[in-house]
Amino acid sequence: MTDKTGNKTFNLTRRTALKGLAAGTSLILSPAVLRHGLAHAGETIKLGAPIHRTGIGAAYGRWYERVANAAVKIINDGGGINGMPIELIIEDDGTDPKRGTEVVEKFATEYKVDAIFGQLFSHVVAAAAPRAGELKVPYLMCSETHQLAAGGFSRYAFQPGITDVKSQIASMAPWVSKNLGKKVTMIYPDYAFGYGHRDFFSAAMKEQGGEVSTLIPVPPTETSFSRYFPQIDPSSDVIYHVMVGPGVLTFVKELGEFFGSSHPAIFGFVDSIEAVDLATPQLSFLEDSYFWEAAPRYAQADQTEFDKFYREAVGVDANGASTSDPKDISTYSHMFSVWETLFAIKSAMEAADYKGVEQKEAFIEALENLGTMEASNEHPQGKKVMDPKTHQAFGVQNISQVKSSKMEVVYTTTIEEGMYEPEVDYSKMSL
Amino acid sequence: MGFGPFLFLATLEGLVQASVLVLTAVGLSLVFGVMRVVNVAHGEFFMLGAVIAWFVATNMPGDPAIGFIAALIISPLAVGAVAYVADRLILTRLNYNPEATIVATIGLLYVIQQSVLMTYGADARPVDPPFYYTIRLPWFGYSSYKLFVIAAACVLLGVIWFVLKRTKWGLLMRATQFDRETALAFGIPVRKVYSFVFAIGAGLAAIGAVLIVPIQQAHYLMGLDPLLLSFTVVIIGGLGSIQGTIFAAILIGLSDGILSVFFSPTLAKIVSTLFVAMVLVFKPNGLFAKAKR
Amino acid sequence: MGAGMMKSLILHLAVLVLLFLLQFVISDYAILTLTRMMVLGIFASGFNILFGYTGLLSLGHAMFFGAGVYAAGLPIYHFGWSVPLAFVFAIFMSFVAAVIIGVIALRTVRDSFMILTLMLAQAGYLAILYFNRETGGSEGLTMPQASRSFDFLGLTIDLTDAATRYNIAVLLLAITIVVSFILIQGRYGRLFNAIRENEARTEMLGYNVLTAKLFSFTVSGTIAGMAGAAYAILFGYIGATFAGIQYSIEALLFTLLGGAGTLLGPLLGSILMTTLIDRLSEVTSAYFLFLGLILIALTLWFPKGLLGTIKEKWLPWLT
Repeated sequence: MTDKTGNKTFNLTRRTALKGLAAGTSLILSPAVLRHGLAHAGETIKLGAPIHRTGIGAAYGRWYERVANAAVKIINDGGGINGMPIELIIEDDGTDPKRGTEVVEKFATEYKVDAIFGQLFSHVVAAAAPRAGELKVPYLMCSETHQLAAGGFSRYAFQPGITDVKSQIASMAPWVSKNLGKKVTMIYPDYAFGYGHRDFFSAAMKEQGGEVSTLIPVPPTETSFSRYFPQIDPSSDVIYHVMVGPGVLTFVKELGEFFGSSHPAIFGFVDSIEAVDLATPQLSFLEDSYFWEAAPRYAQADQTEFDKFYREAVGVDANGASTSDPKDISTYSHMFSVWETLFAIKSAMEAADYKGVEQKEAFIEALENLGTMEASNEHPQGKKVMDPKTHQAFGVQNISQVKSSKMEVVYTTTIEEGMYEPEVDYSKMSL
Repeated sequence: MGFGPFLFLATLEGLVQASVLVLTAVGLSLVFGVMRVVNVAHGEFFMLGAVIAWFVATNMPGDPAIGFIAALIISPLAVGAVAYVADRLILTRLNYNPEATIVATIGLLYVIQQSVLMTYGADARPVDPPFYYTIRLPWFGYSSYKLFVIAAACVLLGVIWFVLKRTKWGLLMRATQFDRETALAFGIPVRKVYSFVFAIGAGLAAIGAVLIVPIQQAHYLMGLDPLLLSFTVVIIGGLGSIQGTIFAAILIGLSDGILSVFFSPTLAKIVSTLFVAMVLVFKPNGLFAKAKR
Repeated sequence: MGAGMMKSLILHLAVLVLLFLLQFVISDYAILTLTRMMVLGIFASGFNILFGYTGLLSLGHAMFFGAGVYAAGLPIYHFGWSVPLAFVFAIFMSFVAAVIIGVIALRTVRDSFMILTLMLAQAGYLAILYFNRETGGSEGLTMPQASRSFDFLGLTIDLTDAATRYNIAVLLLAITIVVSFILIQGRYGRLFNAIRENEARTEMLGYNVLTAKLFSFTVSGTIAGMAGAAYAILFGYIGATFAGIQYSIEALLFTLLGGAGTLLGPLLGSILMTTLIDRLSEVTSAYFLFLGLILIALTLWFPKGLLGTIKEKWLPWLT
């Protein structure tokens, strides 16, 4: 067969078509259950981890996966949970609400896991967590989202490994208003967690007698920022930034070009530069500026032995980079949540003497009653207090200053500074 | 900052955006104009250009300028080669069937994105600009490299113009675009023209990407926006009109930039999108349409 | 009714019955995931009316899906509307949106139409972000517990129940297929076909092409909106992502893969794509690489999509 441009076209015969169809069908019909259901129930603890392997969260997902594998290895080497090893099942959720929900449904009904953990981006959590509740499978997010403590989900949802963003932000405001100034311009993404920063920080600053005078929400796909900078109120004391994704280097560089040497104090959430090397020349403008950090990326002078142990286990060096590639920077202030969540699962399952799904309710009650988790190898970021009503754990936060392209902790909050009145009581809901 | 300087800054930013956009869009305009296929993977060629620029620049010893110049040469050639192979292996076999091409180029998009994710990773990585110099104006500072981008785009457009209007290859392309059947009848190797157009289109996207990486980092998901904007520019400008493409790129760049003076960022984007869309409502064939299609 | 049309009708009814019966044999997970595939299949079917049958390529159909998602979800979330009322309201709003956008977009043809719909959809997506205090922006909103079960005509409908959702999806799919079938076989269907084949000639023959195109656009947008409303209600989450460009491209991809201009093509495309992603991602983290290669290979074997090519080669009576 030739066509008008004079080349051969691909010739479809019934045979090749059928062959293709057959190959495709056999692939589709081979159920995962056959591959993963080999271990009998009761022999392993099955944990499903939907991870952001692709999509906008991929830089985080890569580290979440490494941390999950490292923690599971330690638990299994130590005899597993109640004598049963963890069987970790990881699938990509594409950092997408639809796919994220599908994977949660799959873990619940096809793999029949004991619990699901590890989702991060708040739009994915918002879609997936309620479905997990409806399928009655414990769902542990590693996200920082406040939607859980705000009462948006169900009794099956927990966040034991990382403090939520409302608490993180509220605990920053007193220090910012005391040390940097009371008038703040906020630059934040018009995207998922940006709204939390806008609402909670504005409220928290007001409480401190300060104000957020200008809000600059930047559309998520924006790649150039200079033209928004003239909107920064020139009388502000502080520029508060929280950017995410590939645009951040441009953002900082253009901010530096725009202001030159005289500029307001700069305070940011480390989310802006997670997985980004601070020693990049484009980030030199951040020297002397301040960051919130949950876990200090650079090993501090007073590093705890727990942090040392954890760093080694997950393969991160003293600069927060991979031990095998110094250019591969970790998401240090987020990924510990995966580690701590797995150990929280372990300790709750042990408290409930969990042997299988029929003890799900005891497991959930044990999660609610985790209480105080002291700083340890299991909780290297520091002490956590689990609120049984909101299912949210609270921990300490750090403020670090950039010195010679590294971050030095200048202040560590107490847990109480980030506490707020519970907005929901999940423990009274039915299971 | 006063209104005047603000507007000036917004205009500069708009022109930088237009410069990169115009190179990417001219590439697409050739592919779309000559071959009449919707190449969904065009944005991925742009992304690939940026990623290859990063590889070249980081592995090139010495001054960042050497790495940058090397990237400016190697990246478009490499991306053009990838596009050429893709054309020969896939598009020719599909006989440029418009519908099958959409699906196949979506497939190509997946392949390129995943390959880059596996080799280059999910991080956004910067390329050092060939020179660092911030021009300090009384009101704000501005990167001199950005002005260089505008100049470079003008020079490159001049070259493209010359090739299209004054060389044999340009003539072949224009003839094929004008009337494929007649071109074939006159013995023009249409198939070869197609493959080269596809490669050149991808290469132009890569050049745009190399110019932008010192400003904006290389990231495996960076291709979507340039793809959508390029299509928009090509159609608004009027299919097959290079002047139209240039004009539309400047229109979009400036409206994006200048409207951000008056509105909050997201609202500015909405207004600017609707404003440009209205051009099509009132000039359905684009601004510089040569003939009614 | 001709013999071919009869055959086609029987085939489609059989497929619908089969889908209904499947719930008694397939696994729990298959029921959950097939429900979602059917809803997205309805979305793509709506798109197909415009693209496959009338020949108009819109790159902005996510705006109608998104309109349905939000017009159903927002009244439930903010005003506590009952689910059936919100669903009907969302269909009506999608219809209104389709008429308005249609009148504007149909001033253009072909490439310009493609880009204009793309830009209008982009503006809609950004508007959802801009009004994030009401819409939840890209983070989205989780539907309240109270909306997960409701009373309808004396029945208690529990949306957390997988079988209930599955049957609602089958019902909506059946309505879509039957309405489309009647439309396509009727006078307007032939007119759509004529416009797709040669718009100028159709106009010359004295038909009101613009009215026919607007009609197609409206039906198409309303079906897409209904799918969006169903998605919001069945899965309890609304978010800006559903109005994003990837959903417009998905509708196009499902349709082209299954076969543009065949009633079951979009559903088949939806099932195929979702299943491929689902199964491949179990085996390899590089599943998009294989997915891309499979798409390319499929276009080589089936340049007109699966059902489109089958129709062309073997089953010419297929609608």
